[in-house]
Amino acid sequence: MESWTMPATAEAIVVGGSAGALEALSTLLADLPDDFTVPIVIVLHLPRHKPSVLPEVVAAKAGRPVREPLDKEPVSGSMIYVAPADYHLLIDREVVFAFSVDEPVNFSLPSIDVLFESAADVFGARLIGVLLSGANADGASGLKAIEDAGGLAIVQAPEDASIPVMPNAAIALCKHARVLPAAGIRAYLLRSAGCGEATERKENHDR
Amino acid sequence: MHDDTFDTELKLILEAIYLRFHYDFRHYSPASLKRRLSQAMQRFGCRSLSGLQERILHEPGVFPELLSFLTIIVSEMFRDPAFYLALREKVVPFLQTYPSLKIWVAGCSTGEEVYSLAILLKEEELLDRSLIYATDINPKALRKAKAGIYDLDRIAGFSEAYQAAGGRTSLSDYYTAAYGSAVFDKALRKNILFSDHSLATDNVFAEVQLVTCRNVLIYFDRALQDRAIGLFRDSLSRKGFLALGAKETLRFSDHAAEFSEFAGAERIYQKE
Repeated sequence: MESWTMPATAEAIVVGGSAGALEALSTLLADLPDDFTVPIVIVLHLPRHKPSVLPEVVAAKAGRPVREPLDKEPVSGSMIYVAPADYHLLIDREVVFAFSVDEPVNFSLPSIDVLFESAADVFGARLIGVLLSGANADGASGLKAIEDAGGLAIVQAPEDASIPVMPNAAIALCKHARVLPAAGIRAYLLRSAGCGEATERKENHDR
Repeated sequence: MHDDTFDTELKLILEAIYLRFHYDFRHYSPASLKRRLSQAMQRFGCRSLSGLQERILHEPGVFPELLSFLTIIVSEMFRDPAFYLALREKVVPFLQTYPSLKIWVAGCSTGEEVYSLAILLKEEELLDRSLIYATDINPKALRKAKAGIYDLDRIAGFSEAYQAAGGRTSLSDYYTAAYGSAVFDKALRKNILFSDHSLATDNVFAEVQLVTCRNVLIYFDRALQDRAIGLFRDSLSRKGFLALGAKETLRFSDHAAEFSEFAGAERIYQKE
């Protein structure tokens, strides 16, 4: 298990999910250590035409500020960003956020594929994509784009996900995806961000 | 999704479009542009952007279709009701002090926002003394805007938004339903001038008291955003208003200091 190759340095982590993903997200982000400084950008499928309460919900879990970004806002470290309702969220050159009100993709607005594909284009190999529980196939081709650009794809293990449709679609498409339960994804992200907590645990494990 | 070859071809096709058709997409936000062009490649059955470039240069009729692909913005009437409510309650009292009003709806696309604004102005007894310039670069979208005909199955959503936006009667007072369409009242567009105008290549054409440009700037890069906002500043009279989309902000613009926040949450700014 410890032979996994880790991306040199992840500059960003993108996370997608739909039905049942909030539970996994809670495990993933619970009380992140202070030395976890990689920005995390999250798209969860949201109901249309309603302000999202996701920032408050996620902030309560993660114990750090969470915000919906604005157009052209720089993606900066130690921040957790969540996509607002009614817009696609993208990452653009110069590592800033961008938006579109184009048609839904996979019936989804925001769509996970849209974020993942744009992030893969900007970050290339320095990106980790995480796809969680969900009931449709949005995110699978985005995760494939991350893999194709040399980044790392992680999928919540179907047996660990409340609704395994989204993970299964991604596993079928992404040959190199790591398939892990939510707790395992958390450990992996901490390690890839070079966090003390995870490094200690890893040393114990190696012994 | 993309590689260096795609980026090279992207530069080339945008340059070709500019040289041949005088539409300037060179400063559009690359992330959205790449998505739309990838979709266009599928639609036109092209395996590469170079293939698409060949077709637009040599087959008449392909470019107008591509133009729609690149520019149509999905719009709704009274999108973000809170914005229209703020416009009605906070901005209208200022507008009422002018004997005559000029308003610029920049990037009006298929017109949903223009009719929303016209209805609001009518209900505030301002429409008769207003002139609304509704501009876009896409002639097909402008024709649709001018016609003011929308699918009836979209109207339920529009009505709900109209009510939430503080509508004074019923949206059905403003249209006639016929053959699955809602045809909006001609009287609403009596004072609307639909016109071709590019925020990328054209200049200021009138002095106005209100500019609305919502969910248009998100498709531009920062340099083009600054150009557009500069046009709005030059066009607005002193203390005039600029309304942007819910996720758009002047915070990262070179022109930030030339405006103050008037209704921050609704993205309404006032020129200093």
